[in-house]
Amino acid sequence: MKSNLRKIFASRVFIGGAAAIAIWGVLALLIAAGIFSRSMQSLLIQICYYVTLALSLDLVVGYLGDLSLGHAAFYAVGAYSGCAFAVYTNLPLALKFIGGLLVGGICAAIVGFLISCAILKLRGDYLAIVTLAFGEFVRSIVKIIPGLGGTKGLLGIPSFDSRVVGFTASYIVLVLVIVAIYNFTHSRHGRTVTAIRDNAIAAESVGINIKRTKVLVFTISAFIAGLAGVVSGFYKTSITPGDFDYNVSIEALVMVVLGGMGSIRGTVIASAIIVLLPELLRGMDEYRMLIYAIVLIAMMMIKASPKCRALKEKLDGKINGFRSRFTRKRAK
Amino acid sequence: MSMLKVENLGITFGGLHAVENLNLEIEKNELYGLIGPNGAGKTTVFNMLTGVYKPTTGKFWLDGEELTGRSSIEINRKGIARTFQNIRLFGNMTVAENVLVGLNNQMRYGLASSFLRLPGFFKEERDYSKRADELLAVFDLYDERDTLASNLPYGKQRKLEIARALATSPRLLLLDEPAAGMNPNETAELMNTIRFVREKFDMTILLIEHDMRLVMGICERVTVLNFGTELASGETSKALNDPAVVKAYLGD
Ligand SMILES: Nc1ncnc2c1ncn2[C@@H]1O[C@H](COP(=O)(O)OP(=O)(O)OP(=O)(O)O)[C@@H](O)[C@H]1O
Ligand SMILES: [Mg+2]
Repeated sequence: MKSNLRKIFASRVFIGGAAAIAIWGVLALLIAAGIFSRSMQSLLIQICYYVTLALSLDLVVGYLGDLSLGHAAFYAVGAYSGCAFAVYTNLPLALKFIGGLLVGGICAAIVGFLISCAILKLRGDYLAIVTLAFGEFVRSIVKIIPGLGGTKGLLGIPSFDSRVVGFTASYIVLVLVIVAIYNFTHSRHGRTVTAIRDNAIAAESVGINIKRTKVLVFTISAFIAGLAGVVSGFYKTSITPGDFDYNVSIEALVMVVLGGMGSIRGTVIASAIIVLLPELLRGMDEYRMLIYAIVLIAMMMIKASPKCRALKEKLDGKINGFRSRFTRKRAK
Repeated sequence: MSMLKVENLGITFGGLHAVENLNLEIEKNELYGLIGPNGAGKTTVFNMLTGVYKPTTGKFWLDGEELTGRSSIEINRKGIARTFQNIRLFGNMTVAENVLVGLNNQMRYGLASSFLRLPGFFKEERDYSKRADELLAVFDLYDERDTLASNLPYGKQRKLEIARALATSPRLLLLDEPAAGMNPNETAELMNTIRFVREKFDMTILLIEHDMRLVMGICERVTVLNFGTELASGETSKALNDPAVVKAYLGD
């Protein structure tokens, strides 16, 4: 009985769930109490959808091992379709948000499915260049579709009146995405993805269907990128094609690489830092972007250093040690 | 009916006849050797039998079913599994996960179970984890189950490749130089393991090997290749003493 309780307290579900609620509670309280400035409140919401976007890219780059430079395309498709749904329907706000997420996610997933079928044969540099071009292609298409506002953008997207609610909605989407990605990557399907990344020929030799798996990963990834787009639209209340240029794809890629590729925790931390960085450097005006670049390079170098790796292993060991003090070692 | 039948199999790479007119008949539960000097075309035969290369001529059958020209995936599902001469493990995955990837096609739970962790997920993961552990135990790898595959010593990596191939529950196992890079002790131990696998899983095994002692020790019959053509085949000791084979190995 007692050991059952201990097991529950040590389980990932419990620790993760408790952490998610605790973080939400603290942040929501700080927002509600007016301790966070308005710009800080905005940044928190931005972190939510940037992390979501970066995690979706991590599925392709980190887990599958393919380089995509066009993730802004899925992000854009999600944002435009989901926000158009919200603008042109007559529903309560909550339903507009949920419906928008579904519409945005599904439209992005369809585009992801189609594009991945088309680029199956490409690898490495070729894949990177084609996805980059595809990102710009989607941006120009969006400009000419009637009802999406052309170059001026889609205006009047509904938004949450209260910042606490806005943050909470964005945060819930992020948490659900993290849970979904964790579950997927720790399942038989996720194993086939990393197997392909590690050795495609060997994966085929044990009967793994590489094409189907790649299409699956691109589709899931596009769906999640689409969700991020919808959340961003609800925060900004207007979106323009300029919000989805290749800089967004590159920025997401920096987050993934800095986060250690194929690591949920790393991507979350790296994305948060990168979103906060320009803000933290705000006082420095013209030097801001310069320092931003230097800090980025420094972070990459520190992360790659052996000392930092040793530290990370030590930390991981500590965390595992903490967990196994509750659960006895896996029975033989 | 023989487990593997190969008829006139051949392949050319831009004018080079890498393998020509190969004929083989391997009976169920037999341990058959494929030997020959460097560049003789042995690995190329495996690549044709596993769908990596499409043969230019000839056909082959597994247990009576023709598989010529099918994809790697299909061929594996039909029951041919292999290991690689230059080890190909999933290096960033644990030892147990490598075997679980081999078991993947027998697992049934769907995407929804993966995302939502429905009961089917836990049950199958538990069951197959146990099966992976059993396989690892056969190869004395159980204690390393949570080690990253790339951190295993060389000899154990070779064993893990065999375990992963067996996880796909094949009817025919192709081993490409399983003893390469092993010391005599490890080789002797590996011979025992291969014999054990053959008995325990009632497996038919086709083995490429350079180590003559290993070949003499465990293969009943062999085929000797040189420059893509068959020099001799039949009972191991007879084939190895064939004058053409002796000449090919010693050079003239
Ligand atoms: N994809 C390919 N393209 C061109 N030539 C190839 C290809 N694969 C193999 N060959 C050639 O076919 C011949 C046989 O090669 P193979 O690897 O089958 O030899 P092997 O008997 O396995 O030799 P080893 O004992 O060195 O492993 C060699 O001359 C090799 O260069
Ligand atoms: Mg070879």
